[in-house]
Amino acid sequence: MAHVGRVSMLVVEIFRGLKEVRIWVPRAFDEAWNIGVGSLFIVLLVSAFAGGVTAYQAGYQFTGSLPYYVVGTLVVESIVLELGPVLVGLILAGRIGARYAAELGTMRVTEQIDALESLGRSPASHLIIPRVVAGLVMIPVLVVFADIVGVLAGLWAAKQVLPLTTADFTYGAQYFWHSFDAYYSLIKAFFFAAAITIIPCYMGFTTGQGAEGVGRSTTGAVVSSSVIILLLDVVLAKVLLNS
Amino acid sequence: MIELRGVKKKFGEQVILDGVDFVVQDGETVALLGPSGTGKSVLLKHIIGLIKPDAGQVLVDGLHVARLKRKELAQLRYKIGYVFQNGALFDSDNVFENVRLGISDETKYADADYSRDRVAQVIKLVNLPADVIDKYPSELSGGMRKRVGIARAIVGEPKYLLYDEPTSGLDPVNSDIIDGLVERLSDELGVTGIMVTHDVRGAFRVADRLALLSGGKIIMQGTQEEFLASENPKVKEFLERDFETPSNAAA
Ligand SMILES: Nc1ncnc2c1ncn2[C@@H]1O[C@H](COP(=O)(O)OP(=O)(O)O)[C@@H](O)[C@H]1O
Ligand SMILES: [Mg+2]
Repeated sequence: MAHVGRVSMLVVEIFRGLKEVRIWVPRAFDEAWNIGVGSLFIVLLVSAFAGGVTAYQAGYQFTGSLPYYVVGTLVVESIVLELGPVLVGLILAGRIGARYAAELGTMRVTEQIDALESLGRSPASHLIIPRVVAGLVMIPVLVVFADIVGVLAGLWAAKQVLPLTTADFTYGAQYFWHSFDAYYSLIKAFFFAAAITIIPCYMGFTTGQGAEGVGRSTTGAVVSSSVIILLLDVVLAKVLLNS
Repeated sequence: MIELRGVKKKFGEQVILDGVDFVVQDGETVALLGPSGTGKSVLLKHIIGLIKPDAGQVLVDGLHVARLKRKELAQLRYKIGYVFQNGALFDSDNVFENVRLGISDETKYADADYSRDRVAQVIKLVNLPADVIDKYPSELSGGMRKRVGIARAIVGEPKYLLYDEPTSGLDPVNSDIIDGLVERLSDELGVTGIMVTHDVRGAFRVADRLALLSGGKIIMQGTQEEFLASENPKVKEFLERDFETPSNAAA
């Protein structure tokens, strides 16, 4: 629980550092590029499989009493509302979260963070803000890609197992579609992005001494950001879908 | 002037500094000696406010370091160059960017011409070839990394330089180069310096005065002659042990 207070202090530091635009903006661009290039492939791969398998299983369980277009509804809703953001969130907690914690942890134990402070510079604007901002921007973008690819893969898979046309699928997708669903996916992605960036940055930043310290922060960062993602998933569903 | 008065610091139950009194006058270079793990780095970090004392005071130019506001602390840090034990260079930046980050004045930092010239100038001052500026820390030898660390510490023209074991882990030739550099910076730039070391030879060569940290206290301060003449068993033990093993491994 002491963590909660210190994470809040880190968030305060982040807001304070935001005015040093000249420092963090170029670094955030580099970081965003890293995230995009580094994660696009795995994100697309996983979402394609998720969409494909969802459609395939829907087709397998079809008894015939339901119209085929329902598969479109099912795939789009489960990918956009749940699988896209959550799977991407969990994968990126492992990829980005682990990297952030390890990088900052290594910088802590090799005194690079002390060095930055000794130069009168703020670790928030040099190290933390670029990472957090890059994640907050890029992770939702990756989720959008994942949603699109997941749905397309679902369409393809559905056509393999059922005598369904693209038009049926689209009809089903639109039948139950609210434009809010897209926002919901993005809102989730944004909250998950906050968990994937802030928690590992905090863990890395407060790493204890030695190489074991870095190992502990890294695994701790992945586990706790994953758990927070699952909790947020429940909370956001309750708060946003109950209207 | 740097003053530590009755500085105490514990980590958990482990007492590291137990009432340190230590004064460094402007223009002096003082060697801070002591076996590894006694808290030399911890002491040095108090001076730039990276660590706050549990009790006692740390003053630099009459300012209470631990009580400074964020802005004031940054201002104070601009006046102090800190050379970290293993360089503590930023892995993800090349040598140029590493050194440039030491330019404390924001307008000068943002001025591309000024930073290029100034970085080239200090790279030359620490006897590194001009082409290292494009290299990354991982491509440099230990001795070069330490010199880049020194370049980064002096690029902002500090009044004080704190060196944390600038020669540990280096071979005698490289150690000599660094010691010579510390001497030159003190003579030519008039910088006030504290050099943490457990290399007694280097300390004798470079420092105007020596201080020995042991058991959480400064147990002796004085000149080379005073140290060699000391009857204090801890001082004798430290000097003898160190002369037997001239090339120390990193602490
Ligand atoms: N941030 C810290 N947290 C906990 N213990 C620390 C911290 N920094 C240093 N120590 C401990 O303080 C002692 C002195 O460390 P240090 O000042 O690095 O010794 P040295 O004289 O070799 O420079 C060591 O036992 C070290 O483990
Ligand atoms: Mg040390």
